[in-house]
Amino acid sequence: MNIKELKEIIRLVAEKEFAEFELEQPDFKLRIRRNAPPIIHTVESSAARAASSSAVAEPIQAPSAPATPVVETAPQVEDEKVYHIIRSPIVGTFYRAPNPTASPFVEVGDHVEPGTVLCIIEAMKLMNEITSDVAGEVVKIYVENGQPVEYGQPLFAIKPNTRA
Amino acid sequence: MFRKVLIANRGEIACRIIWACQELGIQTVAVFSEADRDALHVQLADQAVCIGPAPSSKSYLNIPAIISAAEITDADAIHPGYGFLAENAYFAEVCEACRIKFIGPPSSVIRLMGDKVRARETMKALGVPVLPGSDGVVRTVEEALAVIEQIGLPVILKAAAGGGGRGMRIVRSREELPTAFQTAQSEAEAAFKNGDLYIERYLERPRHIEIQVLADEHGQVVHLGERECSIQRRYQKLIEEAPSVALTPELRAEMGAVAARAAREIGYTSAGTMEFLFDGERYYFMEMNTRIQVEHPVTEMITNVDLVREQILIAAGEPLSFRQEEIIFFGHAIECRVNAEDPETFTPSPGTITAITVPGGPGVRVDTAIYPGYTVPPYYDSLIAKLIVRDRNRERALAKMRRALDGFIIEGIKTNIPMHQKIFQDPDFIAGRLSTHFMEEWMRRMKALEEEPIGLG
Repeated sequence: MNIKELKEIIRLVAEKEFAEFELEQPDFKLRIRRNAPPIIHTVESSAARAASSSAVAEPIQAPSAPATPVVETAPQVEDEKVYHIIRSPIVGTFYRAPNPTASPFVEVGDHVEPGTVLCIIEAMKLMNEITSDVAGEVVKIYVENGQPVEYGQPLFAIKPNTRA
Repeated sequence: MFRKVLIANRGEIACRIIWACQELGIQTVAVFSEADRDALHVQLADQAVCIGPAPSSKSYLNIPAIISAAEITDADAIHPGYGFLAENAYFAEVCEACRIKFIGPPSSVIRLMGDKVRARETMKALGVPVLPGSDGVVRTVEEALAVIEQIGLPVILKAAAGGGGRGMRIVRSREELPTAFQTAQSEAEAAFKNGDLYIERYLERPRHIEIQVLADEHGQVVHLGERECSIQRRYQKLIEEAPSVALTPELRAEMGAVAARAAREIGYTSAGTMEFLFDGERYYFMEMNTRIQVEHPVTEMITNVDLVREQILIAAGEPLSFRQEEIIFFGHAIECRVNAEDPETFTPSPGTITAITVPGGPGVRVDTAIYPGYTVPPYYDSLIAKLIVRDRNRERALAKMRRALDGFIIEGIKTNIPMHQKIFQDPDFIAGRLSTHFMEEWMRRMKALEEEPIGLG
């Protein structure tokens, strides 16, 4: 594979808005992800988010940046004060829909009840349904489809129903 | 060679493994519990994944979480360190099934050596000396009595699934047996979910001497001499040294050869340790630890072999790069385990470390994961640092350790450094008159000294 071909693939992946693209040849392995690589530190500055939302080629051999201490950033702390945060109970891969062709379980603005399925976390080939434990409105989805998540990572912000 | 290794551990050993990976140009993934967000291993690794809440049963012992972390980070091998899942045959088996290389021996060998009764029988069959004892598991008090008739008193009851002193009882008279049997059984049942017991002759004042072996996947096995670990309290080692003053070069060569041959026979790979009790003349197999050990640095210091690096190379399928005759022992090494605990009462002392000064200079090594401002969490082992020295001979190593201990300042929490300083002034310790009961006797002596009226005698 030469640079020109690589660029072409990246362009294609970006254009088609693939979440993840993997190509494996006998002597070559390429993975492209549109979201942050699994350095699961939840450093979610707006700059980092902007950077990670563009397609990033991550050749398997490339060293990733050294892990930085986990910082709970201000926006998230703000969210926690206002909303109910649904966190990942396990390490795994986050999926918003039951299968690749189905529509997501929930979208921002949807109303959920306790027990409503919000997403799936795949861990060790098992699909674990994550449900809401409150009634309210989904106001934020922190994680993109197909992204790895760690234990305790915020997944959804829910604005609980106010009691009448 | 591996591309990326996940380290399924924390503390100094996680850092030690990360260092070895860095030198080999291997990417690293740290896993951590919510209590370890600020831990050094998390910061040293290239990537880090939170795998669960503080209790180790939900994080560092959580097999699905660790395997998932390896999968989402694309790690191709897992180093288990020591403790936690290091000797869990099921974990090694899951790694094998998931095509993630477990850096250690095959799961079948971990399982064999983890069953202390089968391990004993296996070693006996291979011609390794074992203590007189029961043939396999003893199920009733009557069976136990029959064994005692044969081998005599005192005896020690041990848990088949055991380790760490749990499920063990010393029996000095026949009358003690029924109660001791039941306590040991229920203790073993509670600790290991397996109440099986076996019996061995109890040695009154043995030394704990262990042989380090390295075995590759191509049938080559070498030994790296012994470590003497007689200084222990409640089966927890505190000071280790190599070589042991009790062994002659001939006995060292013999024990090493016996251990290496046994390791080859059972299909051992990676670094492993065979623990022996030594009564001054004869040595007896006690158990085999199928992992890297806390005290591995003393062997590294006198052999110049990096054991963790060798473990990684072996797991990657490389043949050992040296032969037995190329292993040369240089001088004398001693390790002190520095624990976050009260030096008098041994109660744990978690908290925030406000300042540290680490000793240095030739022949001084400190393996640690603490730093100024770090908070030692209350959830895990109290080991916070290992201070290791090497010099030409034992006398000089003792002098070096004394000055290194004096220069090791940790503020904000209590440590057992003052205890080590006292031990290194003890005439018996200095003379090398050691046994596994050294600490009990030493503490009794210290207490007697304290109670002596001041200004008299």
